[in-house]
Amino acid sequence: MNQTLAQIISLITTAVSFGTVIMYGSLGEILTEKSGQLNLGVPGIMYLGGIGGLIGAFLYETHTAAPVPGVGLIIALACTVAASVLGGLIYAFLTISLRANQNVTGLTLTIFGSGVANFFGGSLSKLAGGVGQISVASTSSAFRATQHLTDKLGWFDSIFLSYGFMVYLALIIAVVMSIFVNRTRRGLNLRAVGENPATSDAAGINVTLYKYLATCVGAAVSGLGGLYYVMDYIKGTWANDGNIEAVGWLAVALVIFATWKPLRSIWGAYLFGALYWLYNFIPGLSRSSQELFKMLPYIVTILVLITVSLRRKKEDQPPSSLGLSYFREDR
Amino acid sequence: MIHISKRVDFEIFRGKAAWLNRYVGWAVRLIAVLLSLIVSGILIYSITKMNPVRVYATMVKGAFGSTRKIWAWLRDLVLLLLIAVGLAPAFKMRFWNIGAEGQVLAGGIATAACMIYLGSANIPTPLFLILMAAASMLAGAVWGVIPAIFKAKWNTNETLFTLMMNYIAIQLTSFFIPRWEHPKGSNTVGIINAGTQAGWFPKIAGSQYLLNVIIVAVITVAMYFYLCRSKHGYEIAVVGQSENTARYAAMNVKKVIVRTMTLSGAICGLGGFLAVAGADHTISTTTAGGRGFIAIIVAWLAKFNTLTMILISALLVFLQKGAVAIASEFSLSNDVSDIITGIILFFILGSEFFINYKIGFSKSSGKEA
Repeated sequence: MNQTLAQIISLITTAVSFGTVIMYGSLGEILTEKSGQLNLGVPGIMYLGGIGGLIGAFLYETHTAAPVPGVGLIIALACTVAASVLGGLIYAFLTISLRANQNVTGLTLTIFGSGVANFFGGSLSKLAGGVGQISVASTSSAFRATQHLTDKLGWFDSIFLSYGFMVYLALIIAVVMSIFVNRTRRGLNLRAVGENPATSDAAGINVTLYKYLATCVGAAVSGLGGLYYVMDYIKGTWANDGNIEAVGWLAVALVIFATWKPLRSIWGAYLFGALYWLYNFIPGLSRSSQELFKMLPYIVTILVLITVSLRRKKEDQPPSSLGLSYFREDR
Repeated sequence: MIHISKRVDFEIFRGKAAWLNRYVGWAVRLIAVLLSLIVSGILIYSITKMNPVRVYATMVKGAFGSTRKIWAWLRDLVLLLLIAVGLAPAFKMRFWNIGAEGQVLAGGIATAACMIYLGSANIPTPLFLILMAAASMLAGAVWGVIPAIFKAKWNTNETLFTLMMNYIAIQLTSFFIPRWEHPKGSNTVGIINAGTQAGWFPKIAGSQYLLNVIIVAVITVAMYFYLCRSKHGYEIAVVGQSENTARYAAMNVKKVIVRTMTLSGAICGLGGFLAVAGADHTISTTTAGGRGFIAIIVAWLAKFNTLTMILISALLVFLQKGAVAIASEFSLSNDVSDIITGIILFFILGSEFFINYKIGFSKSSGKEA
């Protein structure tokens, strides 16, 4: 009995810490898609965010004799936001100002982002004149610091309090985003732009500005997912294993799973995290069948995709102009 | 004030203006490629401090330095081209098949399975090759047609469906790797039939990859005529422009969607056959290696013209090979080739704007009317 309980707690904590990576990615993409921009560059942006933060922290730690974890944390956050917004800006400029196709531009951004990240991840220590793997132990420790109130809480502590601060930050962002999109004037404008840019334009909303801002702020949020993965989940190193890309696509999938609602992406992300790691908790699986279990999040997404298209519920549909570029003089 | 207006669509409008626009188009693209080369050169210079002229010399040497290198370039070129050609009908129909990666892997799995299970059956090589090609096309077609059926019946979003199918194919590959692993414990499939070479593409006229080139050349030309000169191709174009028009013209839209995606998936599956039997002689989760995604961009930039795709694939594969040569000279990571691919594609994508739109400058500096 006790062992089962321990297993369940372990599955939940695994799901929450892995799900948070997916949640950041999907929250950013939800905001972007609300403005009608379908950004398939999420994996690339998460890569850029992750490597940006890592480079920032790495340079700080190698150039300072006694690095302060808190300063490294702030530098990493700032670099992440800068790198991912830059990625978002490239995408925004090409798709909004130059009206390039969104799918193709997004895919290019993913190729570019993964190239930049894996290049610097693999060569950074060599370029800096060192050897071996990059490691930013000090900054990473700041990201992983937990807030244990007392040690008498047992399972409650493990499930709710055993994470770094970015896990809770993701929840706050989800709630704030939900309020912004559904309860504020600007959120209404944003949704209007995504539904029908021509009408919004006629109503005096600056369509271009909204699209740019939604794309760039969305990119910043997605990029935080990359930072969380690098600093907290894999403890401040770099692994050239394509995991961020896989998680990035899961984040795109989660947007559909959550039917473009920030709050729904919270439990959706944890569910994806649980499904992804479920094979670890099922005894007696061979190496082969473990891989079959890892298909679960993708299969679930396909099922959701089909259900959404079958039910045709009005409130579950994507923004009407999603994926289309807007040109005022088009008819 | 800057004023932006649409250029006359030279697909529809034929005449003197159309020719002029076409030249403008190619000039703009050429400038974009040159600019992207300059930016990549600056980037490489800032990382390696290598003389920019030497950068390009190293790239050319890395891609074309020896006969073997030229063949490797051709081998990768035709694989990328084949996948792009496979995607062309789907994209012309405005069916966002992001799932080429998965379709290639599905074809690769089928090919590898044939090689492993039938490798000792002593089937004559031509027959064996045809069998493997058929198996890979079937697997790719199944992978492509599942999202198409849902799209046709319930208008399920195909972009994300095909994307998810990629990951199912990747996991399926991971599922087979432990079963086929060789040597035991390596967690890789290893070179299949290394001794007997059963199921490997035979050398033609002394060249290992000539068969790859021939297969892809035939399919590329055939697809050109299929899209531009056949009734099916016309139907695909109409469905792509407007489903309502197609329905009004009494076309069976659902049938066109399912048929086209079967074809698209089958050709991408054949890409898996080429990759496994004709190049790598093994299978791993990176057999498709992102080509499925790059091919999408190739197909899109070529405006579904399969002959233009040859040029774009040749350029991209050259840049990748060249970038890898530079990276290995400085013992840096190979991923620099993805950065350069990204930069050049960004530039070409951006240049489309100057082809599709005219920018005029009017003298009045007051408010917009």
